[in-house]
Amino acid sequence: MNWQEIIFWILAVLALLCAIGVVTSRSPINSVLFLIMTFFAIAGHYLLLNAQFLAVVHIIVYAGAIMVLFLFVIMMMNMNADTEPQKSQLVRFAGVISGGILLVVVLAALKKADPALMSEKSTDIGLISNLGKVLFHEFIVPFELSSVLFLSAMVGAVLIGKKN
Amino acid sequence: MDMPVNDYIFLSLALFCIGVMGVLIRRNAIIIFMCIEIMLNAVNLMLVAFSKFHHNASAQIFVFFIMVVAAAEVSVGLAIIVMVYRHSHTVDVGLMNRLKH
Repeated sequence: MNWQEIIFWILAVLALLCAIGVVTSRSPINSVLFLIMTFFAIAGHYLLLNAQFLAVVHIIVYAGAIMVLFLFVIMMMNMNADTEPQKSQLVRFAGVISGGILLVVVLAALKKADPALMSEKSTDIGLISNLGKVLFHEFIVPFELSSVLFLSAMVGAVLIGKKN
Repeated sequence: MDMPVNDYIFLSLALFCIGVMGVLIRRNAIIIFMCIEIMLNAVNLMLVAFSKFHHNASAQIFVFFIMVVAAAEVSVGLAIIVMVYRHSHTVDVGLMNRLKH
């Protein structure tokens, strides 16, 4: 077991435990903090996969922008564990069973697959210069379309959020 | 120094199923949103693993676009949740059933 596998398993266990914490914790603030930990673990996985640019963007976008938005809304609504709505035990049991069955079915389908190794060569595709070349040569139209999407999302959020 | 890609498939599959369970068992609309974010990130992780496996940068560009769309989706979705909360003073998805009647 080399250092890469050790770091992989530490990050995997951290991500899974924090994701379970998001689902099970009663207070929404705790859920947000667990989700931030999950995002940092996933950013560690990106670094392990040599996707440095995506790791940085992931931290900035998710932990920096989206989670701040979630925290802001939760604190504005003054939610805590006492006002948290709960589903009945039967519905929870059914939800866990159906999610677990999905996991087991796909796991059983993929278990027989041959373990394919990711080789170490040409590990510089995740650097910002290579990604920039690919983005601005092959994907320039979706890139420009995403700016229109952002503009329409901004207009929509302002229109929905403002008092009539 | 090589990692099998199967480990990443299993990890992202487990994260995706945790997200599915969260959507099914929680009633708070904001927590359901967070579980959708977990599912999106599971898919992103799998795409990055396959990007390294196939030496192809297109998958990482695709992950970049997924992050862009997720940011736009979260801003609009939270605006809708705030509007619903202002209207009915709850974020319980079991009580948002006006369209049913």
